[in-house]
Amino acid sequence: MSYEVPIERGKIREFARSAKSTQTAYDRAAAVIPPTFLTTARNFWAPPADDGVLDELGFDLARLLHGEEEFEFFGALPSAGEVLHAHTRLGDRWEKEGKRGGVMKFARLVTEFRDGAGALVAEQRTTLVETARPPKVS
Amino acid sequence: MRVTVGDTTEPRSFGPITRTDIVLYAGASGDFNPIHHDETFATGAGFPTVFSIGMFQAALLATFATDWLGTENVRRFGVRFKEQVWPGDELTCTGIVTKVEPTDEGELVVVELNCTRQTGGVAIVGTASFLL
Repeated sequence: MSYEVPIERGKIREFARSAKSTQTAYDRAAAVIPPTFLTTARNFWAPPADDGVLDELGFDLARLLHGEEEFEFFGALPSAGEVLHAHTRLGDRWEKEGKRGGVMKFARLVTEFRDGAGALVAEQRTTLVETARPPKVS
Repeated sequence: MRVTVGDTTEPRSFGPITRTDIVLYAGASGDFNPIHHDETFATGAGFPTVFSIGMFQAALLATFATDWLGTENVRRFGVRFKEQVWPGDELTCTGIVTKVEPTDEGELVVVELNCTRQTGGVAIVGTASFLL
């Protein structure tokens, strides 16, 4: 299932300012998005049913860590006024031995962002980790 | 802009990180996990206080990188989370060019990025590509 993600000028400016950017490219009518802006898509626009991917994953939330996050853009950056279509799927899954024993489980969520014509504009890859025991203070 | 392998730029510091900084980012990004803003929740979960949202540090590192190589030029940006960031932390972002590749559309510049805490501990490491 895919859902619409409108790229909004005000949200771009708010996001850029929260990230301490003073670049005017984020203030214009056709503002481009900051590199990690698409992290907002799921938080604001994903329908509740989209959590099905996390249910399918089945990780224990008390032992869940955010391991890595990556964004790739396949051409010019999305900009204010565009509407993208997002779809998240479960990617690779793997396991490795934890440093203090137990098994650490890894999984990648892949979210594709397409334009109205169906062309792939951006891809977000999120690596989640289920630790062997609850995370500790570093 | 001409860049070559080994090029760096002036490091940029952010901080001390405040609870307000974290809440501003929470609102901007829509991440309202209470562990990052609700003191009662965080201490109840066994943490000394709230800690920052990993993607906030990532966004700061992205600000550093786009100030350096251009807001419109970024084609890939990735981070790996290492240490938690706490209110009061001073973060320093650094970067170095590791590859410059000619392509049909221009030069693809790959940089390695670091966001370090005042303790010397690494909060996040990243890599990014820019088309110049």
